[in-house]
Amino acid sequence: MARESLTGSRIRERRSMAGLKQADLARQIGISASYLNLIEHNRRRIGGKLLVNIAQALGVEPSMLTEGAEATLIATLREAAADAEITADETDRADEFAGRFPAWAEVLAGAHRRIASLERTVEILSDRLTHDPHLAASVHELLSTAAAIRSTASILAEPGELEREWRDRFHRNLNEDSLRLAESCKALVDYLDESGVAEERRGVPQEELEAFVAASAYHFPALEKSGTEIEPMVQDSAELTTGAARQIAAEMLSRYAADARRMPLERMTEAVNRVGFSPIALSEIFGTDLASVLRRLAALPADVLPDPVGLVICDAAGSLLFRKPVDGFAVPRFGATCPLWPLFSALSRPSTPIRRALTQEGRGAAVFDAYAIAQPTGPREFNRDPLFQATMLVRRIPGGRAETPPEPVGSTCRVCPRSACPARREPSILSEGF
Amino acid sequence: MSRHVLLIEDEPNIIEAIRFLLSRDGWRVDTHADGTDAVEVIRRVAPDLVILDMMLPGKSGMDILGDLRAQPDYSELPVLMLTARGQSRDRDMAERAGVSRFMTKPFSNAEVLSAVRDLVAEAPDP
Repeated sequence: MARESLTGSRIRERRSMAGLKQADLARQIGISASYLNLIEHNRRRIGGKLLVNIAQALGVEPSMLTEGAEATLIATLREAAADAEITADETDRADEFAGRFPAWAEVLAGAHRRIASLERTVEILSDRLTHDPHLAASVHELLSTAAAIRSTASILAEPGELEREWRDRFHRNLNEDSLRLAESCKALVDYLDESGVAEERRGVPQEELEAFVAASAYHFPALEKSGTEIEPMVQDSAELTTGAARQIAAEMLSRYAADARRMPLERMTEAVNRVGFSPIALSEIFGTDLASVLRRLAALPADVLPDPVGLVICDAAGSLLFRKPVDGFAVPRFGATCPLWPLFSALSRPSTPIRRALTQEGRGAAVFDAYAIAQPTGPREFNRDPLFQATMLVRRIPGGRAETPPEPVGSTCRVCPRSACPARREPSILSEGF
Repeated sequence: MSRHVLLIEDEPNIIEAIRFLLSRDGWRVDTHADGTDAVEVIRRVAPDLVILDMMLPGKSGMDILGDLRAQPDYSELPVLMLTARGQSRDRDMAERAGVSRFMTKPFSNAEVLSAVRDLVAEAPDP
């Protein structure tokens, strides 16, 4: 979190030091306690007259609340100490600690901020309805409109005559409410599509990697020619903000560059045009392994392949290491995916190429050709079990005409409508009527 | 003499449906759509029962309920709370604040009617 955005934390600390309750301070400055709570948790920006009023109530200069790297650092250290429940005497020595060991103090404060940020992400993801005022208001609007429709429709559906004036009025209300419901539903879907919790996910290395590759449309022209240095690419990227993200991005780009050297763009394009979409034939032409071919196909510019392709790579624990989404085949952003994917079948049959036609129910029922392989990765050593990674490429089949009947799969259990699935881990929010 | 309900709700078409439903059942129905002065309106109207929406402009139904229960005259007044927030912690909060019945939207007309009849029948004489 940026230092200037920690004004709320400093307000909280100063309030605690002054022995004031949140409600007391809120009353003094004429705002609600819940709003002050949002300010104190740095969820609302604060400035102007409100800041001056708070500073006055706390008996400090406004600048004490808004600036000062060291003050911020010490405040964060005190928060960390409070969370760890260490003694007041030790907590009071935060200034001394920051003064004597500034670098270590920054490390500790950074770790504390990171934990707070992750806790917030968990909070947002696990209970968004409660913590997202826009979402809560939208759902409230939907349910209120549904209540009005249900109540009105029940009256109209009752047997017996209804006075004409009432009947007309209820019909009019029903029409209004149904329009409102349709608009509210659309607005909610748009909001959920757009919000993407991008800001909250900043700092999660895998998410940063994903934003980085998506920004380049999964293709890096600079790496199509030899001699390009990878380090400046990751250092200069606006999407990669953490060292961990830069490290995994550098590894991914090194692998991309190696694939590009073995299967140069021009030759690859010519080979695809000649043999068609045939990963096995391409691996024989270039004398390379199948996983590399699948990665290379997914990294080609959009005009080379006639149909869109997606790619998923996971390790032997099933954790997704890379995802290139494609319309009609949903890949969850986080959490466990559908165990019916050939990606996981491949892990149980290492080095055996798998090809299946798939369809995801409830997603427009597009049909995909899936190609998967699990291969050993990393250096080989005697008496050490190899580590495996599985790679799966999905290609949309135009017109849905697969050679074999497509197998129904999901994305993740929470949003999968297949209630009778033997692989189900948990109930779906769809079947629960969310 | 007809029994008297005050409906505090800001959704016009819910107001219309509930007003029709209760009037037909022999209740006198007053309505109010703002939370800010809801307690004053309750005092002025002196209903036998209040139907209270939880999310109101100006002041939340929960705060109105708290203010109401803080006054000895209204410690027993039946309050039926309507809400789109049906989470258990909202229900707990409402119960701790002294709600008589908690109903989540979208409710059925029969539920509302039955709750109003029961709550007024069970209420001690004023």
